[in-house]
Amino acid sequence: MEKERKLTVSVNPHVKDKDNVNKIMWYVIIALLPAAIAGIYFFGINSLLIILLSVSSAVVTELIIQAITKKPITIKDGSAVLTGLLLALILSPLVPWWIPILGSVFAIAIGKQIFGGLGHNIFNPALAGRAFLVASWPALMTKWLLIDAATGATPLASLKLEGIKTGYSKLFLGNIGGCIGETSAIALLIGAAFLLYKKIIDWRIPAAFIGTVFVFAFIFRQDPIFHILAGGLLIGAFFMATDYVTSPITKNGKLIFGFGCGFLTIILRLLSGYPEGVMFSILLMNATTPLIDRYTRLKPFGYKKPKKEKKAEKPKEEKTMEKKKEPEVDLESKEGKKIKVEIYEQKEEPKEEIIKQKEKNERND
Amino acid sequence: MKSFFGGIHPIYNKITRKDAIKVAPLPKKVILPLQQHTGAICEPLVKAEDIVKVGQKIAESKAFVSAPIHASISGKVLGIAKAKHPVLGECNSIVIEADGKIEWDESVKKRENVDALTKEELKNIIKEAGIVGLGGAAFPTHVKLSPPPEKSINTVILNGAECEPYLTCDHRIMLEQTERIIKGFQIIIKILEPKQCYIGIEDNKENAIALFEEKLLNMGLQDKIKIIRLETIYPQGAEKNLIYSITKRKVPNAGGLPMDVGVVVQNVQTAKAIYDAVYQGKPLIERVITITGAVKEPKNLLVKIGTPVKELIEFCGGYEDSIGKIISGGPMMGIAQYTDDIPIIKGSSGILVQKEEVIKEEERDCIRCGRCIDKCPMNLMPTMISQYAQKDDFDKCQEYSALDCYECGCCSYVCPSKIPLVHWIKYAKGELIKRKKK
Repeated sequence: MEKERKLTVSVNPHVKDKDNVNKIMWYVIIALLPAAIAGIYFFGINSLLIILLSVSSAVVTELIIQAITKKPITIKDGSAVLTGLLLALILSPLVPWWIPILGSVFAIAIGKQIFGGLGHNIFNPALAGRAFLVASWPALMTKWLLIDAATGATPLASLKLEGIKTGYSKLFLGNIGGCIGETSAIALLIGAAFLLYKKIIDWRIPAAFIGTVFVFAFIFRQDPIFHILAGGLLIGAFFMATDYVTSPITKNGKLIFGFGCGFLTIILRLLSGYPEGVMFSILLMNATTPLIDRYTRLKPFGYKKPKKEKKAEKPKEEKTMEKKKEPEVDLESKEGKKIKVEIYEQKEEPKEEIIKQKEKNERND
Repeated sequence: MKSFFGGIHPIYNKITRKDAIKVAPLPKKVILPLQQHTGAICEPLVKAEDIVKVGQKIAESKAFVSAPIHASISGKVLGIAKAKHPVLGECNSIVIEADGKIEWDESVKKRENVDALTKEELKNIIKEAGIVGLGGAAFPTHVKLSPPPEKSINTVILNGAECEPYLTCDHRIMLEQTERIIKGFQIIIKILEPKQCYIGIEDNKENAIALFEEKLLNMGLQDKIKIIRLETIYPQGAEKNLIYSITKRKVPNAGGLPMDVGVVVQNVQTAKAIYDAVYQGKPLIERVITITGAVKEPKNLLVKIGTPVKELIEFCGGYEDSIGKIISGGPMMGIAQYTDDIPIIKGSSGILVQKEEVIKEEERDCIRCGRCIDKCPMNLMPTMISQYAQKDDFDKCQEYSALDCYECGCCSYVCPSKIPLVHWIKYAKGELIKRKKK
C-alpha cells in the first residue's frame, strides 16, 4: 500500500470496443481477396503484377508524403493498401506496368493526402486515381482481354455497341471481359457478405444503389439482372460507394446517396457515350456528400417541433432584460460594464440551479 | 423484448453477481460531504467535538430541492472542513470519529401504523430521511414524488435494469431484499397513485425476474405491478431510454423531464431506502455498493455512507498489482479518481479498480464510419458535436443538440478512431451552460 501509485484520470467511458481503424481496413482488404483471386485466375499472372505494383506504389507514396510533411506514419493501418488494391481491381488486365503506378501515386497524393489524409478526402481515392487515368490515357484504359472470342469487349460495351447480351452464368462467374476485380459477381458477393456480416458496411448504400439500378433498368425496358451483374456495379456498390469517408454519415443520407449513385449509373450507361457509369456516378455523389449530410441531420430523441407558447416564454424574458440593459451599458465605461454583468449574473443564479438539476435528473436513476 | 434504439453490448464482467451482500466492518471514521445530492448544499447542525448518534440529523438545508444528511456512525465530530469528494472534487464535509459502539438516535423508531400514514406524512418521512435517487444521479426523492399539480403521473417505473458493466449491487439487493423493495415501491405507488406500475429488469438477471414474479404473486400484487423483461443492452437503465423501452413515450428533449410524459422512475435501492425510512424509521445512512475489478476479493458490500474507499479496498483484500484507475461508479459512466482517499456518498454505486489500461491506442482522425451516430441512444451526432467543439464553434454544437447528451459513453466506446467524443461533448456542454447563464 505504501508504494507510490500513478492513477490515470480520464473522461468516461473507461472501457472501449476492440475494433479500430486498422481492423476495419484490413477486413475490407480481406473481403476483396476473392475478387482479386478470381481476377488473377481469369486474366493471368499479369493481373497479380498490376495488383502488386499498385499496392506497393500506394504505400510508398503515402510513406513519402507523411515523411515529408512530418505527419505520423500510418501505412500500417491498411488504408493505402486498400486504395492500391481497389485501384488495381478496377484496371484492365492489359494496362502497361506504369499505369497502376501513376494511378496509385495520383490516388494517394492528390486523391487523399492533399486534403489532409484519411478522413478528410472528398472523393474516393481509388476512383479519383482511375478517373485520372481514364482522362489521360482513354485508349489504354479500355483495352480488354479477349476471353470471349465472340465479342472481345466488356458485356456492357458489347451490349451498347453491338447489341449482344452476355449470359448470366458467365457474368456470375466472371470469365468475361472487364477490369481485374469487377467481373466475378460471385467473388464480390462473398466479400460483400463478409463485410455485411462483420457490420463493417451498412446495407443501405448497396441496397439503394443496386435497387435503383434494378428499378430504372426495368423502367427503361432493359434487363435488370444483366445491369446488376455486368460492369462495375457490384464492386462499386459494395466496396466503393460504402467508403466511410466519402459517403454520408446518417442512415437516411446513405439511402439518398445510394439512390443517386444508382440513378446516375443507369443514366450514364444508357444515355451517355460511355458504356459504364459506376465510377463517375460515385464520384459525383461523393461531391454531394456534405450537402446530403447537412439535410439529413438527425433530430434528437424526444424532439418536438418547438411549441410557441411554452418555449418562447423564457427566452423572451431574458431577451427583454438584455435589451433593456444594453443601452445603459453602452453609456458607461468598461468597468461599469463588468459590474453590470456581475449583477445580472447574480440575478440569474436560481435559474442555473434548475438547469443543473434538470441535467442531473436526465442521467441514470 | 422491450428496448430502445441505439445502445451497445459491452463486456459485462459482472464477476460479483453471485456474491451475497456482506456487511462492511464499522469504519474508523466517516467523511460526510454536505453535498451528496443534486440541489442546495446543506448547512451543518453540529460542530466540532459534538457527540453524535447513528441516524442523527447533522446537516440540512431549507431549500426544497435538497436532502438532509445523517450521522452514519456514532462518535465524535472531528471537524467540518474541505475534503475530497468523488463527484465535485472537493466539498465541505463533516468528519466523525467512531466510538466503536452503535448507539442509535432516539428519532429512529419502528413504525407500526404505516397504513394509516397520509401521502403528505409519507413524503415528509422520505424527505427527513434524506433519501435521494440511489442509481447515481442522487436527485432528492421527495422532489420526484411531489410533481407539480399540472403534471399528472400515470406511470411509475422501478428501475432494476443495472445496465452498467461490472456493477451488481442492484442485482443483489433485488435478490436479497425483494419483499422490502416491493413494500417500498408500494409506498411510492400510494403517494403518486399511478395507473400503471412496472418493475424493469434486464434479462441477464433472470433469477431476479423470477423472484419478483413469485413474490408479487404471494403478495397478491401480480395484477397491479408488472415485471418488464428488458433487453440486456447498455444504457437500458438510463431514465429516458428506460421510459421509452417500457412505455414507448419520448421524454421531450432540451430539458424535458419524465414527469412531462407522466412517468416517475425510481431505482430499486431507493425503494429499499424508502422501506427502511417508513417502516424502520431509519434515515439513509447506508447503501449497497460493488467493489470490483483489480482488487483481490471483489465484493458486494453494505456500507455506511461516508466510509473511506481505502478502508473498503483493504476489506476486499487490497489492490492487485499495477493498478491504473480507480473509478467511482461503473466503467461506462463512472468518474475516474486521482486518489482512494474519498468517501462513499449516497450516489456511489460502486468502486471499480482497473489495471493499467490495456487499451492505449492512439487517437486518429474521424473516418466518418457513423458508429457513434448509430449507437447514440439520444439520436445525436456525436462526431459532429465533437468536431465543432474542437473548433470552439459552440453555435453549431447547440444546433447539433449537444445539451441533450447525458454522457452515457456509447459513442466513445464504439469509436474505431478512439476519439474521446464524450470529452469534447462535455466541453461543449460546459460552454453552452455558461452561455445560458449569461
